[in-house]
Amino acid sequence: MKPAAFTYHRARDVDGAVDLLSELGDDAKIIAGGQSLVPMMNFRLARPAHLVDVTALPGLSGISTDEEGLHIGPLTTHRAVETAPDSLLGPDHAVLREAMAWVGHLPIRTLGTVGGSLAHGDATAEWCLLAVLLDARVVVRGPGGAQRTIEAADLFLGFYMTTLAPDEVIVDVVFPRPAPHCALTEFAERAGDFAAVAAAVDLDLAADGTVRGGRVALGGVAPAPVRVPEAEAVLQNGGPAGPELFAACAEAAEAAIDPPSDADGSSDYRRVLARTLIVRACEEAAAR
Amino acid sequence: MTDRLLITLTVNGEEHELLTPARRTLVDVLRHDLHLTGTHVGCEHGVCGACTILVDGAPARACLMFAVQAEGRQIRTVESLAGPDGLGDLQRKFSEHHALQCGFCTPGFLMLAEGFLADNPEPTREEIREAASSNLCRCTGYQTIVDAIGACADERRASCGAVCGRPADDPADERSRA
Ligand SMILES: Cc1cc2nc3c(=O)[nH]c(=O)nc-3n(C[C@H](O)[C@H](O)[C@H](O)COP(=O)(O)OP(=O)(O)OC[C@H]3O[C@@H](n4cnc5c(N)ncnc54)[C@H](O)[C@@H]3O)c2cc1C
Ligand code: FES
Ligand code: FES
Repeated sequence: MKPAAFTYHRARDVDGAVDLLSELGDDAKIIAGGQSLVPMMNFRLARPAHLVDVTALPGLSGISTDEEGLHIGPLTTHRAVETAPDSLLGPDHAVLREAMAWVGHLPIRTLGTVGGSLAHGDATAEWCLLAVLLDARVVVRGPGGAQRTIEAADLFLGFYMTTLAPDEVIVDVVFPRPAPHCALTEFAERAGDFAAVAAAVDLDLAADGTVRGGRVALGGVAPAPVRVPEAEAVLQNGGPAGPELFAACAEAAEAAIDPPSDADGSSDYRRVLARTLIVRACEEAAAR
Repeated sequence: MTDRLLITLTVNGEEHELLTPARRTLVDVLRHDLHLTGTHVGCEHGVCGACTILVDGAPARACLMFAVQAEGRQIRTVESLAGPDGLGDLQRKFSEHHALQCGFCTPGFLMLAEGFLADNPEPTREEIREAASSNLCRCTGYQTIVDAIGACADERRASCGAVCGRPADDPADERSRA
């Protein structure tokens, strides 16, 4: 279908975009890569009366590192992350680059952005899962130049809702700590589809191969990406990185979650998928 | 609400000025306003790939971009592939390898492959399969499309010899095209 009519605004700077959004109210939406918003508009699931295009805003794309951690500008495309050289995205964050292969297909990744993904808040989106797993901080600017930082744990309310206000613009995404032993894997019916279930694991691995703790996060098992404390407790108890520990971790997650049933799979199916994928993610994370 | 915007688009190296409603997608402008009907349109939600074009050299869905957003960017469509002497090399490979039947998906696959090969001139068969999985074809079963893209990569590599990478008969090439 064709989208409903709207008025197009091209923002020149972040404060200008915020002013426009405040002025236009609920009828206005930001458009970045358009890879989530335009399909929704073409389906008429979204009918914003105004679009504020942020793609021309200066300084909001690119990857850099400072004492705060790794910064990824919200307008950075999935493809730019996928092709980032080691000098920008070292082994401590290689998981971000590798996870991009799971985000749709090449022609989606060339336009879709990191900030758009986080703001869209899909429960199976790779960026949302990685943000929750790695305690990403999302820096947003609102009316009057007010800047605040939202912890990823507080960003996603589920069902595509977030704690972003309609007149706030994401201006930075920070991954504060290194994650050298981290992996994301998932299962989808067809390559490039949104995952039925996605699993991401960040292991605290000693040099001798002992697991001293770690994080486990799942997408597709709840309305928003979730961490699984029961599985993390197993990693916290520690042990040699290997099949026994990983299976125990995965089984703890399987018992703890209560995924929804829908066209992509029943609740039981998703539970089994989660178990399998956690083992795989643990293996990949330990192998790094 | 029915605002029309005056925009300038650069398509296949040529500049076009036009008045367009903001809600008009790039694929509709290409087809209906610029009469470049080579680019097809299927699903209008990014899944089928029939509308795939190049934006600044990279494959993108023309159904998921408003024309106004394409201002200042270099757009390339399937019409740019043929030269004065007829079909381009990629198109010839599609023809030779029977990579099309009804042809509906072909412009999208061609532009996908054109952008993909520019980025990765020496792909493995697995990489070609991965890239081709982005678009849908309801006729060929995909094998011949993968063959055609691989053959085009081989030919381009052979024709520039050692200048642009490893020689064409390098045994490290893991592609198997039996
Ligand atoms: C066929 C297909 C397959 C896909 N598969 C996947 C997949 O497997 N995994 C996945 O994660 N995604 C997938 N996507 C979605 C894709 O990753 C999108 O790029 C992404 O979700 C949104 O980014 P965008 O820049 O395109 O945002 P847009 O579509 O432009 O915007 C999305 C939302 O974010 C808001 N927004 C955008 N930028 C900002 C900002 N800076 N500050 C505040 N709000 C902002 C917009 O207002 C809108 O609500 C797929 C898309 C398609 C079409
Ligand atoms: S028409 Fe654009 S992807 Fe199907
Ligand atoms: S040739 Fe008919 S859809 Fe591909």
